[in-house]
Amino acid sequence: MEKLLEVDHLTKVFSMGSMISRIRITATDNVSFYIKPAEIFALAGESGCGKTTTARMILGFEEPTSGVIVHNGKRTTENGRVWFTEGVQAIFQDPFGTFNPLRTVDRYFFETVQNYKLARNKKEAIGLIDQKLKAVGLSYEEFAGKYPSEFSGGQLQRVSTARALLTNPTLLIADEPVSMVDASLRMSIVNLFKKLKEEFGVSVLYITHDLATAYYVSDRIAIMFRGNIVEMGPVEQVLLGPRHPYTRLLRESIPEADPQKRWSGMVKLSDIEHEEYLRQGCRFAGRCPLVMEICKRQVPPDVYVDDVLVKCHKYTGDNPTSSSWSL
Amino acid sequence: MNQTILRTEQLKAFYVLDIHGTQKVVKAVNEIDLDIYENEVYGIAGESGCGKTTLLKALVGAIEPPLRLIGGRVLYQMSGEEIDVASLDEEEKRQLRWEYVSYVPQGSMSVLNPVIKLKETYRDFVESHAGRNTREQAFQMAKEHIAELGLPLKILDAYPHQLSGGMRQRVTIALAALLKPRIIVADEPTTALDVVVQRGVVQLLKEIQRKLENTIVLVTHDMGVQANVADRIGIMYAGKMVEEAPTGRIFGEPLHPYTQYLINSLPRFGDKATREGVPGSPPSLLNLPSGCPFHPRCPHALDICTEQMPGHSNVERNHRVACWLAGE
Repeated sequence: MEKLLEVDHLTKVFSMGSMISRIRITATDNVSFYIKPAEIFALAGESGCGKTTTARMILGFEEPTSGVIVHNGKRTTENGRVWFTEGVQAIFQDPFGTFNPLRTVDRYFFETVQNYKLARNKKEAIGLIDQKLKAVGLSYEEFAGKYPSEFSGGQLQRVSTARALLTNPTLLIADEPVSMVDASLRMSIVNLFKKLKEEFGVSVLYITHDLATAYYVSDRIAIMFRGNIVEMGPVEQVLLGPRHPYTRLLRESIPEADPQKRWSGMVKLSDIEHEEYLRQGCRFAGRCPLVMEICKRQVPPDVYVDDVLVKCHKYTGDNPTSSSWSL
Repeated sequence: MNQTILRTEQLKAFYVLDIHGTQKVVKAVNEIDLDIYENEVYGIAGESGCGKTTLLKALVGAIEPPLRLIGGRVLYQMSGEEIDVASLDEEEKRQLRWEYVSYVPQGSMSVLNPVIKLKETYRDFVESHAGRNTREQAFQMAKEHIAELGLPLKILDAYPHQLSGGMRQRVTIALAALLKPRIIVADEPTTALDVVVQRGVVQLLKEIQRKLENTIVLVTHDMGVQANVADRIGIMYAGKMVEEAPTGRIFGEPLHPYTQYLINSLPRFGDKATREGVPGSPPSLLNLPSGCPFHPRCPHALDICTEQMPGHSNVERNHRVACWLAGE
């Protein structure tokens, strides 16, 4: 099977606190996954689960403590930044933070064209920029000479995507691309990713906390919790029939836009977050409704149930369970 | 049976800005009529910049320049009388706050004083409103209140920074409910929180409402949260209330084209069919289109829509909509 990007046992440890009382937080703990060509892969979880740290390591903003990232069969550190960023481009959460408010947006486009030597003259550059803007539903005329403040959030996020497309990347890393965009415009961004995948074969690493849009666009999904991938597989299987207790909790906590389906029952929240990082054994054990003795002592192994990876003791050989249990 | 507790009449609140000698008027709340009942959760939804927060500020009487009350009235129902908020002086307003109406502003997890413990914050609250209480009584009251709402007691001995964002948000909401106000006005209380924590906050709001049998006015753009808590929902667009109906009808039979887009664009589990966002961009409140502000984005726009703002037509009891296509 062809793999566009492979992340292999990626670990990042941050140290917190003073010299005397030092806490080591494992932000990502042996995270492994891969992305196929022309695939939207979602990395979902709550804040502090390590999804952004993973993205930052892939993009080279953060040095992994251990583990490797392989892009097109080569380690990302091997061939230099230009080679890597030509194939992998990023879109960030806050479109207004992406661009300097005092510069016109088109300057970023010309700069990118220049840096990657994508055109021989200005006319060719404009042609290329116009072509990419058309792909996101904008045009050069309505964009030239404008400042970021003259666009709406949704438009600017599309501009940001068009800029990322200039180098003809095979992979886009989108870190919470819709969380700052209005609900009415969110779908236009998400639909854009779908279109890029279908028409241009671009893969997207879609990092989000919004499981509903993740379900809508992505092919496969990984659910992260406190630095671990707890469940990973095809999106229908993971989100419609979640197996890991944490995925179930997450899935049930999403307010559905249907007044018939209101929440019942109370939810248990963690009081102090960093305790969960430092926990021995399974990090969800403190809140898990199905907690067993072994969960508190031993880190659960990765078990495959059908096509889905589940990191839970419930699914190991010693504890055979049907998937019919409920929370 | 539906006793009105809070009412507005043609409420108009604009931001009047003076930029280099030219006056700019931001029409954030424009001719809004509301009737909010006792013992209900009234949801207000709409995208950012549609005037939701400004409407709340007007409701609690927190109008400060550059925001100005241009016209209309906000009326509270208090012991059989209607009181116009604008007629109250600062001291009278201060007394009403927290005892009659509580306001939980946006980003309220950052409102707690960072250098004092939470029990001191609670004491401040109790003392400023019920001065006769001693320190112990205040502390006792805080403890009972916290326990009743299912929050851990140890938070009273904590400083705000020691708590997570979700816990701070819940503490602030609990604080707003401490003096048993008749109305709690909450602005985006679940935004910027994780889904599981968000559920905890919503749970707390529901719990408070059930216990106090009071009114909660909940502003959030998240239609999922609205579906989960609100009894009635008002949809705002560009400073106007464009549709208002019981929650079931807003989701089941939305009539305004904007509401329809808003509901239909929500992704649902188990359904991967393509969903479209609203075309175009939200209008600027500085420079509103003529007639109905939604007409440049509306697929059904008629000639009259570009000329005249439609009035509200009551399609059914409790369901009103401001659209030329409806009610004929």
